[in-house]
Amino acid sequence: MSALSQAASNEAPLLELREVHAGYGHIHALKGVSLDVRPGEIVTLIGSNGAGKSTVLRCISGLLAPRSGVIRLRGMEIQGRQAHEVAALGIGHAPEGRRIFPKLTVDENLDIGAYLERDPAVIAARKQEVFMLFPRLAERRRQDGGTLSGGEQQMLAIGRALMQNPALLLLDEPTLGLAPVLVDTLFDTLKLLHAAGKTILLVEQNAWHALRLAQRAYVLETGRITHQGSAAVIADTPDVKRAYLGGD
Amino acid sequence: MTPGWIIALIAAAGAGFGLALIAAPRSAWPLLGVFGALFACLSVRGWKPARFAIALALLLVVIPAAGVQNNFLFELVTQMGIFAAMALGLNIVVGMAGLLDLGYAAFFAVGAYTWAIFGSAQAAQFMSGDFPLAGWPYFYIFSALAVIAAALLGTLIGLPALRLRGDYLAIVTLGLGQVVRVLANNLDQPVNITNGPQGITPIERPPIGWLESLMGALGIDGGPALGYALFFYLLVLAVIGVVVLVNVRLDRSRFGRAWVAIREDEIAARAMGISPTRTKLQAFATGAAFSGVMGAIFSAKQLFVSPESFTLLQSITILAMVILGGMGSIRGAIIGAMAVTLLNIEVLKSFSDFLARLRQTGFVLDLGVVSFNFANLSDQVEPAKYERMIFGIILILMMIFRPSGLIPEARHRLEEGEQTEQMKATPAGKRRAP
Repeated sequence: MSALSQAASNEAPLLELREVHAGYGHIHALKGVSLDVRPGEIVTLIGSNGAGKSTVLRCISGLLAPRSGVIRLRGMEIQGRQAHEVAALGIGHAPEGRRIFPKLTVDENLDIGAYLERDPAVIAARKQEVFMLFPRLAERRRQDGGTLSGGEQQMLAIGRALMQNPALLLLDEPTLGLAPVLVDTLFDTLKLLHAAGKTILLVEQNAWHALRLAQRAYVLETGRITHQGSAAVIADTPDVKRAYLGGD
Repeated sequence: MTPGWIIALIAAAGAGFGLALIAAPRSAWPLLGVFGALFACLSVRGWKPARFAIALALLLVVIPAAGVQNNFLFELVTQMGIFAAMALGLNIVVGMAGLLDLGYAAFFAVGAYTWAIFGSAQAAQFMSGDFPLAGWPYFYIFSALAVIAAALLGTLIGLPALRLRGDYLAIVTLGLGQVVRVLANNLDQPVNITNGPQGITPIERPPIGWLESLMGALGIDGGPALGYALFFYLLVLAVIGVVVLVNVRLDRSRFGRAWVAIREDEIAARAMGISPTRTKLQAFATGAAFSGVMGAIFSAKQLFVSPESFTLLQSITILAMVILGGMGSIRGAIIGAMAVTLLNIEVLKSFSDFLARLRQTGFVLDLGVVSFNFANLSDQVEPAKYERMIFGIILILMMIFRPSGLIPEARHRLEEGEQTEQMKATPAGKRRAP
């Protein structure tokens, strides 16, 4: 089950998951998930509702402790660590459901994103970058997060995660509930992030978009990886086409 | 921004009621007017230096000038100040960090006993040395120790309690708060540390020769009772000043933001690198510290402490102040403390007296259809006795009509109930198992 067999590059992975099992109570959500994310790439994890995609991200960011298996960041084992420790190691998680702070302003939301950074100059510079990426947030910086539209809240959730300046950005269903035109804009922004050298693990239901953006992809079905490889190849796999791309 | 004429109106009202209070220091109406002006200074927005100047004039000129003629005024305002500092402390825990603490009086008790034991002959019961510790530095040293002791107890109670959320945390803090009171009640055996239910008295007060000579120079002669009333008034004002300053700084700091983040969404906060346990402990300890210093001042002011002063009702009263004023709001906590104290020791009592006078004079209220002779009013009708009921009614009315308090937290501009679709859609079931 070596994930390296299909690797296009020999570069050491930034993130490795090996045989990760996890669950909630009696539910066995992940049944041995292994995957790699190498520096600078966008990897997408696609699958249907309830396949366990969000659980994978929650295990990586420490919001859920895996039952077994190994998670390595830059070769260091991080499974079972507390979420705030993992965040300090350089993983930014824009969690499922955005989870912005609705009663805090856009500015305050972003400031909390930079909680681990103490230098005000660095925080200000990062905020400028976020505003360059999402000019709408700059317009609404004094507004409460809860008053933003769905698309703006999603921008805020991503912007807040970027304020951590993470080595690896975990995005959980960023397009959920967005109008199609906003979905396109959002994917354009992700492209910009990729061009800027960010490493992203993207969980998406919108497989068509995700597979066009990502370099590599994993397909998750009921807690197991069923397909993996370059995004273009995955997009051409008959099973995947039938199940996720609405093809024949 | 408030129009200038409103500020002018407040200034005029403050001056008018202030002069009236100095002229008639024992009547209730000018007093209520002065507090009304103080409330107004705290509640309107804008014109900060002007509002600040009015409030300072009322606190540093009007109230002392009237107070030297009527000790009770100092007593009332000092009481308000003690509660305001505690409300500010609890506001950090409940308002900012969102941790419902029903045992807050325990920290007040620890602060009070810290000075009571060493500032009286009590300490000689279990250790050798020359007690009470009189002389000027001791009270201040032990006030600082009270801060540390209360913060330590906060951390100690917090360590197990903060693993719990919401209602469970409330129940555990309620229980641990009672443990402190029960300990104070029973630690007279085998070694007599707290003197049990009899309490500790007399407790030393710091010497105030400087203040008495200052009063003498100003031609004020009221003896040590008045001197101490003025001293504790000024001391509490000074401590409140520090507490407010610390609160404001914290509110805008990383700490304040982390507290609010934990309150708003613990999962998101953790993903941002905020350690929930450490953040909550910091909030608990900071809140406890404010209560601790006021405990030490309280014990010196009262000359007496006993476990009876630190009941559950005490904790609930402080919580009521925070809720009434507006959770998470600094000005709200102060206003809540002033309003509740005023209601407790002034308004309800005055109203009771008023009814008693009507009863005695046989006043007849004639409304045409019905008429009522106050001489027939039962002796049982005495608002001062209904304190808790009136409290309850006020809190219920607040929850219905102004759920975020008199002065809502600036961050709570979002209308109640106007939560976003996304918040409702967030799956609550997918929480990390405890």
